[in-house]
Amino acid sequence: MDKMILGRYLKLDSWIHHLDPRTKLLASFYFILIVFLANNLATYVALTGFMVLAVVLSKVPLGFFLKGVRPLILLILVTVAFQVFFMRGGQVYFHQGPIMITQAGVIGGAFIFARLVLIIFMSTLLTLTTAPLELTDGIEHLFQPLTRFGFPAHEIALMLAIALRYVPTLMDEAGKIMNAQRSRGVEFDQGSLMQRMKSIIPILVPLFISAFNRAEEMALAMEARGYRGAQGRTKYRQLTLTRQDLFAWLGLVVLTGILLYLRQF
Amino acid sequence: MDKPIVFKQVSYTYNDQSPFAVGALHDVNLTIPQGKVTAIIGHTGSGKSTLIQHLNVLVRPSQGQVQIDEEVVTAQSKHTSLKALRKKVGVVFQFPEAQLFAETVIEDVMFGPQNFGASPEEARQIAQVQLERVGVGPDLYERSPFDLSGGQMRRVAIAGVLALEPQVLVLDEPTAGLDPLGHHQMMTMFSQLQKENNLTMIMVTHQMDDVGEYADYVVVMEQGTVVKTGTPQEIFADPQWLSQRQLGLPKAMAFLEKVHQRISDLPKLTPAPISVDQVADYLVMAKQEQGQKSATRPVTEEAIQHG
Repeated sequence: MDKMILGRYLKLDSWIHHLDPRTKLLASFYFILIVFLANNLATYVALTGFMVLAVVLSKVPLGFFLKGVRPLILLILVTVAFQVFFMRGGQVYFHQGPIMITQAGVIGGAFIFARLVLIIFMSTLLTLTTAPLELTDGIEHLFQPLTRFGFPAHEIALMLAIALRYVPTLMDEAGKIMNAQRSRGVEFDQGSLMQRMKSIIPILVPLFISAFNRAEEMALAMEARGYRGAQGRTKYRQLTLTRQDLFAWLGLVVLTGILLYLRQF
Repeated sequence: MDKPIVFKQVSYTYNDQSPFAVGALHDVNLTIPQGKVTAIIGHTGSGKSTLIQHLNVLVRPSQGQVQIDEEVVTAQSKHTSLKALRKKVGVVFQFPEAQLFAETVIEDVMFGPQNFGASPEEARQIAQVQLERVGVGPDLYERSPFDLSGGQMRRVAIAGVLALEPQVLVLDEPTAGLDPLGHHQMMTMFSQLQKENNLTMIMVTHQMDDVGEYADYVVVMEQGTVVKTGTPQEIFADPQWLSQRQLGLPKAMAFLEKVHQRISDLPKLTPAPISVDQVADYLVMAKQEQGQKSATRPVTEEAIQHG
């Protein structure tokens, strides 16, 4: 679990790190959407070029992205394999029995591969360069307009913020409880499926109990510090859009234009 | 278990070979004497807890080797006899009450022995003995562990570890958060258990008083490595060196230092007394000697004030 890169934050001082979280959130979604505009080699080159620019600007070492892709590599390969083996059309490279590899298949496979890698890179970039609390701030702001329709933007952002804050704490705790039970003779990676499932109980029960206790303590501490919900709260971290954000969006608009142009060929 | 536990050039890195790798231990060389009480002290984050996880192979060293009983544990070693090793080394983790999960107190204590192959009847018998040892009465056996008070939960959890009947007992701050009476009861119980069964006991603690009272051997850790080992006398002989490492003296010793500062002609004892009892004995003896002296040379008030 410690080797998981997706969803972790890397504190660095870079152009991308200083972007407004709202920009980063929306831009990532937007990028993932326009990935689907791509339909030929030139468009994929353009997208990859943009991605490379973003990665360079973020100063995050390439190794992090490659490690981010690693847990999903099986999924990618299976998807690519489906494309390669089942898409038919164009020149036939290989044909034996029901297996047929065609030009369309290979190209389709390559495109799917590029698409998935681009999407994973962008999501990894978002989480690696945006602190969890910035993310929740961004989300709260983005959902703000919906409060008019009774949407609890503040509450959802608060829950998100608390949840994110407690992910490492709970992981830590789970690790500790696991160690304690292993010392008492539980073996998690041995025995039948049934036995393995049973061996989870001595971790889950204490974990839930401690989560309940934590929640209670936290609620009490929040009330003691005067928390009364969203009404009338001010913000410590103010989100401000800067010229940088404008450049980021300009970049995306230009990219969209290029994609729409290159698509026709 | 008749062999000491030996660490040879042990290093450990968390998240090894990932971008988030953090070195926790490096070049640890250590021999933990068998049948004695070893205290591991050091500043927060000095690697104490990581070190004790090696003792029952919850982690394997990234480099170097750990020898526990007949077993030599290295980064590569595969373990078929791991379970047997875990039975020999019982670990009471920090805030062990977090490991309680069963429906009743007695079932939770029985859990360990049953994992190591004891029949329910045997396990129940062991559980009863251990619960009695930690001071939990039969009226609590069928209660849910989550209904108990914090102190009682701690006792039940400790009984759960003692029920493994380990030959090496590892305690990671076993009394953190207990009241003074609970602290005293627990430490006395551990000390008795250790002496009765000739256990190897390893305790991680920030309480220098406990080190002074109970430890035979002290290991000082700093920044992931062992910087000093020796008897409590040797370790506490240099208070300045200790305070540079955010460590201090046991209260009894610090008190004696103050007495020495005020009364300069009080003879110093080597090795210096460490525990409360030793310091008290020493002061009584000093007073008696002074009494004999004052029989020949009357002590005036002035003489006391000027030492």
